[in-house]
Amino acid sequence: MNQSVSHKDTKTRKLFNYSALFVSVWQKRILLWFAPLSFLIIFFFLPLSRILLLTFDISTFTRENLWIAINVLGFTFYQATLSTLLTLLLGLPAAYFFARYEFRGKSLLRALTAVPFMLPTVVVAAGFNALLGPRGLLHNLFPLFSFPFIGTLTAILVAHVFYNTTIIIRVVGNALSSLDPKMEQAARSLGADLFRVWWNVILPLLRPSLFASSVLVFLFDFTSFGVILLLGASRFSTLEVEIYLRILKLPNLSLAALLSITQLICTLIFSILYARLVSRSTVQIAPRSAKTNIRKPKLFREKIFVAFFIFILSSFFFLPLSALPFRSLFRLEADRGQRGDVQPGFTTDYYKELFVNRRGSVFYVPPIQATLNSLGYASATVGLSLILGFPAATALARPTRLEKILDPLIMLPLGSSAVMLGLGFIISYGAWLTSPFLVPVAHTLVALPFVIRTLQPAIASIPQRLRQAASLLGASPFQVWKTIDLPILRRATLAAGTFAFTISLGEFGATLLISRPEYPTIPVAIERFLSQPGGLNYGQAMAMATILMTLTVLSILLIERFRLPNSGEF
Amino acid sequence: MLEVGNMFKSYEGKPLLKDISFQVGAGETVCLLGASGSGKSTLLRIIAGLESADSGQVLFNGVDLANTPPHLRDFGLVFQDYALFPHLNVCDNVAFGLKMRRMNQDEIDWRVANSLEMVSLTGFEKRQVTDLSGGEQQRVALARALAPRPRLLMFDEPLGALDRTLREDLLNELRTILHRTEIPAIYVTHDQEEAFAIADRLLILNYGMIVREGYPADVWSNPGTAFVAKFLGLGNIIEGKRISKSSVETILGTFTVDCEHQHQNGDKVHILVRPLEVQNEANVIGGVVTDVNFQQQRFRVTLDKGLYFYLNQSPKIGEKVTVKVKVECLT
Repeated sequence: MNQSVSHKDTKTRKLFNYSALFVSVWQKRILLWFAPLSFLIIFFFLPLSRILLLTFDISTFTRENLWIAINVLGFTFYQATLSTLLTLLLGLPAAYFFARYEFRGKSLLRALTAVPFMLPTVVVAAGFNALLGPRGLLHNLFPLFSFPFIGTLTAILVAHVFYNTTIIIRVVGNALSSLDPKMEQAARSLGADLFRVWWNVILPLLRPSLFASSVLVFLFDFTSFGVILLLGASRFSTLEVEIYLRILKLPNLSLAALLSITQLICTLIFSILYARLVSRSTVQIAPRSAKTNIRKPKLFREKIFVAFFIFILSSFFFLPLSALPFRSLFRLEADRGQRGDVQPGFTTDYYKELFVNRRGSVFYVPPIQATLNSLGYASATVGLSLILGFPAATALARPTRLEKILDPLIMLPLGSSAVMLGLGFIISYGAWLTSPFLVPVAHTLVALPFVIRTLQPAIASIPQRLRQAASLLGASPFQVWKTIDLPILRRATLAAGTFAFTISLGEFGATLLISRPEYPTIPVAIERFLSQPGGLNYGQAMAMATILMTLTVLSILLIERFRLPNSGEF
Repeated sequence: MLEVGNMFKSYEGKPLLKDISFQVGAGETVCLLGASGSGKSTLLRIIAGLESADSGQVLFNGVDLANTPPHLRDFGLVFQDYALFPHLNVCDNVAFGLKMRRMNQDEIDWRVANSLEMVSLTGFEKRQVTDLSGGEQQRVALARALAPRPRLLMFDEPLGALDRTLREDLLNELRTILHRTEIPAIYVTHDQEEAFAIADRLLILNYGMIVREGYPADVWSNPGTAFVAKFLGLGNIIEGKRISKSSVETILGTFTVDCEHQHQNGDKVHILVRPLEVQNEANVIGGVVTDVNFQQQRFRVTLDKGLYFYLNQSPKIGEKVTVKVKVECLT
């Protein structure tokens, strides 16, 4: 064709001054980092520094404060250690069970064990409450077998195991299934019996993943908040719960600050330990397909083992989750103020009540309003965390020296607890607490690391050559972004957005501290309903928890569908 | 058409390109031949506008392109790993450049069909590029680059990832297409067979410098330097000393050779001994056969001093042979 025409094209297009688009690498980086960094400085580092200032006030270090801090720290360690050991006790055989045996419904059971990890703590607490609590199924249906559960250490430990077993199953199970079966065979052929094979070969090879997953579980148990507040019935105080109490119930902000910093230091140490262990455990010896190790149970004892674990795992993970919707649909006791015989049976009253603006209720707005608030906050969180997450993830996808410094800073909010974020907001921006906009800001702080970690590998997976090829075919920088980056990143963006959505829906600690009483979220509403007497309030708590659980499970399914294969876990 | 002038580029303090100047004329295919690390890909990327040079210019039809971003240069580039857009099908990949130029749909359809026909991929329009074989992917990449009819086409080791027979087929098609469309082209490769097959003109790069430039036949018959002769695999290269303007002394004996132009007596020189027996030559090389290797109607015979020749008859290993050879003088 006529080359002259295309020449003319280029000439007319050259009338624009495109040299303005040639910004230096550094200018580009500053542009990318400006919004996310400003956000973090204003809403994380500034409040953090206020907490620090408060901590190093002379009046903080009174004998009484220190005594409380040491006691609380001791109990926090105690329950976290016990929880971790119990989690290992269930998780290790379960990991072996999943890594080695093939049976029908395996992927379903595996997915079931992973569900609690993403569930909001209020849902898990409500679930155990519905199953084993004083108004729960066991107590109402089989009073003879009922035992005190809520307000015991057992409740806390069981809930922690329920939450974190999936970590052991995933991390250790992956390591186990990637072990070369030839190593086991070689050991056997060299004369080692089954015990020696485990003790001398398999366990040493699993050690890094074992340590890494244990530290991670410990970290989650250490900072647990909702479980201890709701299932411990204020009888137990970990650092996180004590901070909350010292802000709202027995106000002592300097003690709260001291406890926050103590907790931050501890979590940082564990996080660093975890990062070290992970980097070591990723040095795999000849990674291989996971298939070769898996077999169907053949021997009698294998069949017994598999059947036993199917039973244990499915009942442990299914019962609390199913008790919740069940309890929300069945009346088992008198509503408040109701007299005479209660007709136990199926009811949709608890759901209907959600739409009623009842004077005696905890709010003077219909409880369903909490759901709308939650959805609103969640949408705002999705928007804000994507707007801030995209430029940060873009910069981190092609790291320079600058990003090596910024990366851990960006991830730091992960190491700080939700209650601490709330405390920071109260100290720094107390005057703004009357407006509802701080809630999505706090949720974004929690969600941002996850959003960035989801987007970053996807952005990095786009070869630079694709963009260059597009550019040479005539695409301007904006067109490159629109036609190459955006379509390829659509799935990752959806996954990241759903992540932010789920986190916002379930966030409890920070919301409890900073949300306005008239703008409750679902978790806050559940907590208030649970702490009120009467069957109606209890039933509504169950109904709301069921709604939240359904929303969360739907989101998890979406994330699983949108996630890039091989994009790794966080 | 394209003019590259006095181009310098260094990367992390190491010079990558040193004073590169060359031109590409209308309809001409220029091949940049060099080992990996010789700077040839960098040169291509600078011409494309993907990197900037430390100094020097790129002119097209006399217009300096320094301030023209890559998407306005109207150059096509075919990458070694194809760089096809994984989220688009074959048709949309080929249409990409046309859409960026905001052509109307009829024109786009026509050009896509035309380009796919040129690379013999008619009927592949709706296929996913991820489902194609390597050769098919490279054809799509070629069609995509051709469709907008760029002012210049560049190829960065386009056949490097393909197997030998596929490479030869594609190379022949490519040469036909380039001649038919008359688009000037720069072709980068490290493979001298590929280079000789495609090039109208050859540029040989070594450590960022052009060490030889010329038409393939000239370069082949007169490589000039030992480096070029060795790189092109033209034959046996032996170090020696010039003792007169027509004789060079080596460890294999003294050869009669025309070394008049380049050297003084006593200079260190290299001689090239082409591996073919030539009748009526005065120079003879003898040796004991250490290896015989059958290669399509002839035998590659290796002698005890490491020299090799292609002979029509197979000697026995251990046999003593003499070969009449042509000897050329190199710097």
